[in-house]
Amino acid sequence: MNTTARTAHAASPESTLHFVPTAEFRQRARAALDDPQLRQSFRGAMDFLQGKRAAQFPQADELEQLRDLGEAVRQHALARLPELLERLEAKLQANGIHVHWAETADDANRIVHAIAQRHAATRVIKGKSMASEEIELNHYLVERGIDCIESDMGEYIVQLAGEKPSHIVMPAIHKTKADIAHLFEEHIPETPYTEDVDALIQTGRRALRRAFVDAQIGLSGVNFAAADTGTLWLVENEGNGRLSTTVPDVHIAIMGMEKVVAKLEHIVPLSSLLTRSATGQPITTYFNLISSPRREGEKDGPREVHLVLLDNGRTQAWADAQLRATLQCIRCGACMNHCPVYTRIGGHAYGTTYPGPIGKIISPHLLGLDATADLPTASSLCGACGEVCPVRIPIPQLLVRLRTEANRAPDEAVAHPLRGQGAKHSKREQFVWRFWSGAFAHPRAYRALRWAATRLRALAPSQQMGWTQHRTPLKPAPRSLHDLLRERDQPQ
Amino acid sequence: MSAATLDTIDTVDTLAARARMLGRLRAGAPEAASPVDALDRRIDTHYAQQREQASETLATQTARVAQFQRMLEAAHAEVVCASAAAWPAELARRLAAAGVKRLLLDTSSAEGAALVDALRAAATDLEAHGYTAPIEAWKSELFDRIDAGFTVARSGLAATGTLVVVPDANAPRTVSLVPPLHVALIHARTLHADLHAAVAAERWRDGMPTNLVMISGPSKTSDIQQTTAYGAHGPRALWVIVVTDDEDNASGTTMNVSKPGAAQ
Repeated sequence: MNTTARTAHAASPESTLHFVPTAEFRQRARAALDDPQLRQSFRGAMDFLQGKRAAQFPQADELEQLRDLGEAVRQHALARLPELLERLEAKLQANGIHVHWAETADDANRIVHAIAQRHAATRVIKGKSMASEEIELNHYLVERGIDCIESDMGEYIVQLAGEKPSHIVMPAIHKTKADIAHLFEEHIPETPYTEDVDALIQTGRRALRRAFVDAQIGLSGVNFAAADTGTLWLVENEGNGRLSTTVPDVHIAIMGMEKVVAKLEHIVPLSSLLTRSATGQPITTYFNLISSPRREGEKDGPREVHLVLLDNGRTQAWADAQLRATLQCIRCGACMNHCPVYTRIGGHAYGTTYPGPIGKIISPHLLGLDATADLPTASSLCGACGEVCPVRIPIPQLLVRLRTEANRAPDEAVAHPLRGQGAKHSKREQFVWRFWSGAFAHPRAYRALRWAATRLRALAPSQQMGWTQHRTPLKPAPRSLHDLLRERDQPQ
Repeated sequence: MSAATLDTIDTVDTLAARARMLGRLRAGAPEAASPVDALDRRIDTHYAQQREQASETLATQTARVAQFQRMLEAAHAEVVCASAAAWPAELARRLAAAGVKRLLLDTSSAEGAALVDALRAAATDLEAHGYTAPIEAWKSELFDRIDAGFTVARSGLAATGTLVVVPDANAPRTVSLVPPLHVALIHARTLHADLHAAVAAERWRDGMPTNLVMISGPSKTSDIQQTTAYGAHGPRALWVIVVTDDEDNASGTTMNVSKPGAAQ
């Protein structure tokens, strides 16, 4: 058994993973659109998840009330974030949990690595953690000789495939049973090809069982943290999160610094919103509430617990009153499940850890607008994401705001400049808009423009950039609406 | 190891990072936050309303037991309602029928003792193990040889079909997690309407145990093509024994039982 898990991971090409350059977003989106199997996977999965969520909220007024509460709780916490972080830290320390502050992804990786080194650890078992994906922790540790095994079934599958998650809640949503059957047959010894899902899951269980026993460190994310009791609240179905945080002697939790709330009671509505919005479950199989390391006399649980508080661009979002709403997110994934763009291009096309609508509004803070300039424009602003968001993040408005920041002159002084401000700035485009708004603001200029456009319509170019890729060229009408109406209104 | 030695490696780094992170947050001092009392009241009101609307399934103990059972069964758990006098024999019979050979339980609890007695009376060849040694001493055996774990829930949540389990020295966290079968006993009188009611009634704000876990079914996953499969990493099966009358709690058995060392 021991060798089973090891061999499987030795074969994994995971060490080649890096941040995917977002500059190639357009090409990847095109490739995804041309892949019928991928589109079928996502269409089917999104329809399924939308249906599951809808069934959990049969009463509209209860849903809206609960969303109000979720929004209020998150806004209340964000409004006093510095104070709550200090209270959380003090309470956790009093409970015996070590707290570390990481400004960047690299800081967080170094902290985890230092803890591993202190314990001479070479084997880490991981529960699901998007924060650890965000900082590319596996890659960092593997390069330093530390084996990092994902134990969430979906994460395990994408790790075996040498890929990244394509969905924040269901990492392997882009894979079919057949893909996974091939993967397991190839990487896990003594595994015949089968598309039976129960058999596949039992294979995953068997392959990972020994890894829980052998790991010296368990690593997890955190869904919510309560400042008043110093409690880390973890939500899951599989039990791998509980095993990772219970069986190894050391537990390291990584948490985005925005996830703290004032009181344990405040997590009650949030946890309900999370499970119902994410997977359409009234509650998940396990809510795992951790408040201290193993105490005197207790016979299991880690002797040492660490929490890494991660900034990595979050304070930038926080500084701006409008963009701060980005941090209300509880990572349910409902926005991507309802997004027509995500449904068509899938999670990998975005190239960022967090795909879909939430990814488009959080990634510019994590990676800079220069690396993510295309993301805020990959939206029709249909508003579905904002309508389903359990904590009422105004995602469409934030997309528009990020477009504005991407098009702002790089040197323009603003109160809270974003990293990569002006990444999409174009002098020519700015000139055109200035001309356009000038023409519309001055009646005489507008009339002259109208006159010229109708008379010179034959001169309209036949190639009109992106527009004519899929559509016939735009050509001004021979007579303006003004003229037509005037003619109609004139007495015969 | 003391906290001081543990922190030395990265103290300098993270203290500087801490100062910068908090500094950035303080620089953008936000508008006055809404008072916490008002928020607390809104949450309380919402859940009071919800309970009122769902009074048919939550108001009485009988209704709560029915709702609890319905939700757990929907999550693929097996639920058995039995009297305080009848459950030990009933469970002993079921364990034997399921082919359980090694059962992990807290033999010092009244419920654990009653179950051990019933197992003896049924003359099964089932071994009852107490959790006597720390996990390090017998990790492999725990993972490979224990068929079932028995725990007593502190309370439960009717609305979602949830057990509230607070592991302790005699019934540690892994009893409800590692063995393929988890058997949980819950006294019907401990059922709360919902999580909100439990958090308030049990005054969680006054201090939390090392670990508190809410369990709402056997371990499962839908990570392969949204098809739900049970027994992902935790127990493949969850049996819940609801003890419906409590006058004579756990038959009052106090008989001494030997604790076969799990690590032996």
